[in-house]
Formats: sequence, structure tokens, C-alpha cells
Amino acid sequence: MEYFLQQFINGISLGAIYGLIAIGYTMVYGIIGMINFAHGEIYMIGAFVSLISFLFLGLIGITYVPLALFLVLLLAMAFTALYGWAIERIAYRPLRGSVKLAPLISAIGMSIVLQNYVQLAQGARVKPLQPIIQGGFELFSGNADYAVRLSYLQIVIVLLTTILMAGFTYVITRTPLGRAQRATEQDMTMAQLSGVNVDRIISTTFVMGAALAAVAGLMVTLYYGVIDFYIGFIAGMKAFTAAVLGGIGSLPGAMLGGLLIGLIEAFWSGYFTIGYKDVATFSILVMVLIFRPTGLLGKPEVEKV
Amino acid sequence: MKTDAADCRLSTQVKDAAAAALLAGLLALPMLGFRLIDQATGLTLDYRLSWAAIAALAVFLGRLTLVRANGVLRRRMARPRPFAASSAGTPGRRRQIAGWTMAGVALLLPWLPFSDRNLIDKATLLLIYVMLGWGLNVVVGLAGLLDLGYVAFYAVGAYSYALLSHTFGLSFWVCLPMAGLLSATFGMLLGFPVLRLRGDYLAIVTLGFGEIVRVILLNWQVVTGGPNGISGIQRPTFFGLPFLAAVPGKTTFHEFLGVAYSPDHRIIFLYYLILVLALATNLITLRIRRLPIGRAWEALREDETACRSLGIDPTKTKLSAFASGAMFAGFAGSFFATRQGFISPESFTFLESAIILAIVVLGGLGSQIGIVLSAILLVGLPEWFRDLQQYRMLAFGGAMVLIMLWRPRGLLANRDPTIRLDDYRPAEKPANSLAVLPSTAERGASR
Repeated sequence: MEYFLQQFINGISLGAIYGLIAIGYTMVYGIIGMINFAHGEIYMIGAFVSLISFLFLGLIGITYVPLALFLVLLLAMAFTALYGWAIERIAYRPLRGSVKLAPLISAIGMSIVLQNYVQLAQGARVKPLQPIIQGGFELFSGNADYAVRLSYLQIVIVLLTTILMAGFTYVITRTPLGRAQRATEQDMTMAQLSGVNVDRIISTTFVMGAALAAVAGLMVTLYYGVIDFYIGFIAGMKAFTAAVLGGIGSLPGAMLGGLLIGLIEAFWSGYFTIGYKDVATFSILVMVLIFRPTGLLGKPEVEKV
Repeated sequence: MKTDAADCRLSTQVKDAAAAALLAGLLALPMLGFRLIDQATGLTLDYRLSWAAIAALAVFLGRLTLVRANGVLRRRMARPRPFAASSAGTPGRRRQIAGWTMAGVALLLPWLPFSDRNLIDKATLLLIYVMLGWGLNVVVGLAGLLDLGYVAFYAVGAYSYALLSHTFGLSFWVCLPMAGLLSATFGMLLGFPVLRLRGDYLAIVTLGFGEIVRVILLNWQVVTGGPNGISGIQRPTFFGLPFLAAVPGKTTFHEFLGVAYSPDHRIIFLYYLILVLALATNLITLRIRRLPIGRAWEALREDETACRSLGIDPTKTKLSAFASGAMFAGFAGSFFATRQGFISPESFTFLESAIILAIVVLGGLGSQIGIVLSAILLVGLPEWFRDLQQYRMLAFGGAMVLIMLWRPRGLLANRDPTIRLDDYRPAEKPANSLAVLPSTAERGASR
């Protein structure tokens, strides 16, 4: 039971990270219908920017942890969002309205470029970071053989994700920007006719997705303590799986999918062999898609003839 | 929208370039401006802010040149060009000639004066990708199913040859059809549950399948050898005659022909082998396109609902496309295994799938010659530029983006319709009417 609870806590923390990345996929997919393959790389860049910012703040003498964390969060979100914006502007916008596969290929190319760019700029070796937030609670420590640990870091991750999700939902459902985004998602031409600057809305979507991915990158840097230039691919794939699992285009779906994937992974590696955890994730995705082809919270696609 | 005149003014261009440079500088600041350095005591940070400045300057100059060149070009393009009917026949005819020329060059390649062992080896690698591209083209280009895990079938082919020849000692020629069959079976197994899914759902499932296959190859140590792979795979023989200097008790290839032994024999044989396999793939695809099943594939790509209403079973049709594509990948895979003599999961990563898909899309989705051209561009050129070393993949990704921006529809986009009535004459289009129905080729390309 304790072991189960421990895996549950780990799974939720991991799932929150996946969910944040998945939102970027699902928003971009919802609005322009393309798989943004470079999104995993955006997240990787977010992790690197966080790491560099931490060290930079340490150098200039800001060592008070909450302040440093806050500044790193801002820096990572800003720079990563810039990357998101630039990628959309360079590689996707010129291809809008073209063959459907064209932006996909250019996204894959962009992802290769970013991976190698970071590898060349920062070296291929794994980058370790000393734990910044240490300590935690011991739940049920009465049981002598096994204590369930809930670290402060896990609390921070879940809290931060919840706050971001709440803010995000507010922006999408209550503000003019969110309204314009939803309008663009429903019908780009019609939104344009009603005076929505579609290009700007799409750019904003990329910026928002990238900023959330940066937060995920920061969390992963803190959580695992090691990053390298290759983390974007696997995490991106898992996050995209999460987006599809939850129903692509649906924001709560992305978060739900992320949490599910995190839990599946945690339980699988807790109870079975760790080598096959990716197989488990994808098998469950296939299962869900067979029985619910639009994902858990997705709307059924209406076919127009 | 700015007017052209405003676009051409120098001050506007400088401003535009400055904005681009500012962006580049900001992007480069954290990544190039600082460098993480591993030390025994932990990670430290090193400054090299000049790098970010250099990046900004380079972008400024590059952007300015580009914008100015663009302005000049646009003015030149704006001049009305007289409409010239092509004199060299229809594009289809020209392409046929180009195709035969290419096949001729490929056939004669080993005997050309400038060709050496190195060149033939690279051409062999190129042909593997051409074959994979033609195979994937059946799935993506003809049937319109986005497959991001094509490399899985390639891996299945490679491992089935390696394992069959290792465990049972079967020869390449026996294993080749079996590998193809096994891959096709895998295609069916995967396709059966997931082919109901539309577009991008299918894409993610195939992507997942590709990863699953790789993870299994990596973890199933007993059978696949895990990350160490399988080495010492049987080399191909010329219908039983091995390509070796001397084998006790057996006639070798050079003894049989009575020529001096040369290690080039095997290289040249492998080259011809993949050439034949690739051309067979091409021929079969071209023939199938004319069969009812091939027409059903293309019809399905255009409109699934209409197909269903005409009595075409979408699942069966998709499944057949998936299985045929997988089969070609299986053939290519077993060739790969016998050529390398060593395979490991390293060779079957997502990057390979991405490269093959890029070849198909860049070639212009469905164009057989386009695939050859884009394979030369994407696989051939980087092979020749291996000196770039660590910058090679960066250049490769950049080229992928740039080519896509340059020709979003692929190198050879306007496909010929598969069926055309004999009396079809495009020149007879009424010039004043706007409501001319687009030809099948245009409609196919505009998707």
C-alpha cells in the first residue's frame, strides 16, 4: 500500500510535467492542425535555459531560493517563448495553407536543427545540477520498513502546474485573446473575416505553448537533476501521446492525458520491468484509440461531405 | 500589407534586418553566450558573449542581403512573361525520358571511368533509401496514410534475415521473401486495429509502434542481442558462390568465372542487388497503380467518404497499402542486414523514419522520380559532405526546412493522373472561362 502510494505521488509529479508539454501540442494542433514536432525540443531548450539561469543567478549572488526560482522561471519562460515564436515565424508561417505534410516535415527538420544546435553549443555530455529544493514530508513513517516520501519539490511541481492551469483556463475562456484563439480554432477564415488577426493569434499560441514547455523544462531540471540535449525527443513523444490520449485539441484532455501517462509510467516501472515502460505507454494509447478513437475528452470529428 | 515600394526602400530593409538581428541576438544569448562546463566540483558557467554578438551580426547581414536580393528578384519576376507552351512534350513524357536515363546511368555506374569502391558503396546506400522511399510512397503518397514508424518494418526485415540465417543457416535468397512476408504480416498486425483511425491519430500510433519495436529489440536480449545487436551476419552469395578469396571445398565466385579475386566483386554485386530490388519496387508500384487496388488507394487518399459510398472497403484497402509498403521495407531491411553484416537497434531510430518520410514528401508525394531526386539531395549530398562532421546533422535539418520552404509541394509536384483518356488535350482549355475544372493532377497535388 505504501509502495503504491509512493508510485502514485511520483506518477502525479511526472504527469504534471508531461501535461504541461502536452498543452503546447494540443493547442497548436487545435489551431492549425499540425503536429509541432519541434515542441519537445522547445522543452529541452527550456530546461537548458533554466539550468543556465540558475548558474548565472548563482554567479551574480542571488542565492535566496524562492527568489532565484521565481527569476529562473521568468527567464526560462521568456527566452523559450522567444524560441517558440521564432520557430513558428521561420519554419511554419511560410507554409501555412500549403500541403498538409509540408509543415510536418519542416517541423521535423527544425527539431533536428535545434537538437544539434544545443549539442554543439553546450556539449553532448549530461549536465548535472545539485538539488536546489531539498527535503520533504514523510507520510506514514510509522511503518518501519517503508516510508512514503512527499518531497517539497513534488509539492512545488503540482502547485505550480495547478496555478498555471488555472491561469491558462482563465485566459482561454474569459479573455478577448482566448476568444480569438477559440474562434481561430473553429474556423480560421471566418475568424479572419471577423477582424481577428489570425497570424498574431497563432504566434501567441506558439508563445504560450513554449512558455508552458519552459516551465516543464525547469521542473525536469529540478526533479531529475540531469539534462542533456536529447531529452526533448522522448518527452515530446510522450507528451504528444498524452495529448492524443486526452483527445487532441482539448486542454483539460491534455492535462488528464499527461497525468495518466505519468501514472502508467510510474506504476509500470514500480511493479514491472523498467525497460518496457514506453511499450506500456504506447500500448495503452493504442487500446484507448481503438475503443475511443477521439481520445478520452476529445470531441468526435464531424465529417462534412 | 506594405506596398512594394516601401519594401524596397533601404531604410525599411535595414530596420527589418535589425529586428531580425535583435531576435537572433536574444535567441543566441542563453545558448551561445553562455557555456556550461563540467568540472569535478560541479557545473560552472563560462561567458562568451561575443558569440551571441557574432550570431546577431551574421543574421543582420544575411537578412539584409536576402531582402535586397528578394526585392530585385521580385521586380524582375513582375515583368510579364509571354506564355510559352512547352515544346518538349508533356511533363509525363519528359519524366519518362529522365527516368530511363537515370536507370541507364545507374546500370552502368560500376563501369564508368570515375567510379571507385567508395562511390559504389555510397550509391548502394543511396539506393537503399530510394527503395525505402518508394516503399513508403505506397503508404503515404498513394494511400495517403501518414506513417511515422516506417523504420519498424525495415527493422523487422533486417532482424528476420539476421535471425533466420543465424539460427537456421538459411541463405539470403531464401530469407529475402520470408523477411518481406514477415514485415508485411507485421504491417497487417499493426494496421488491423489502427487503420480505422484518421490522419494524425494514425501518425502517432505508427510513431509509437516504431518506438515499441526499437525498445523490444533493445530489451529482448536473448533473441536480439540487445544493444549489442547481431554481428557476423551471413554475407550474400552469388546464387551459392561466395565472394571470398578461397573457401575449402567450395567454388567461389571468382574461381567459377575464372577471373582474379577482387574484394570489389562483392561491392558491385551488392550494388546491383539493391538496384534490382529498388527497380522491382518501382515497377511493382507502377503496375499496381493501374490495378483496381491501386486506383482504390489513390481514391481513398482523395476522399474516404466517397470511396465508401462507391463500395470500396476502406479497411481492406488501407491494410493492403500498409502491408505492401511494409513488405518493401522488409526486403530493404534484409538487404541492409546482409550488406552491413552487423545490425543493432541504433540503425532503426525515429530519425530514419523521419528521413524516409522527408524523402517522400520532398519528392512530391507520389512522384517516383521526385523520390530519387530528393533521396540524392537528402542522403547523397550529406554523405559527400561528411567532412562537415559534427555540423552535418545541423546542416541536414536546416536543408530539410529550407527545401520545404523553397518547394512546399515537393520537387516534382504536378503528378500525372494515373488514368488519362487518350483524347485529353489541355491546350483546348477555353482561355476566357474561369470555371475550368482542375485536372486530376492539379487536384491531387493541391491536397
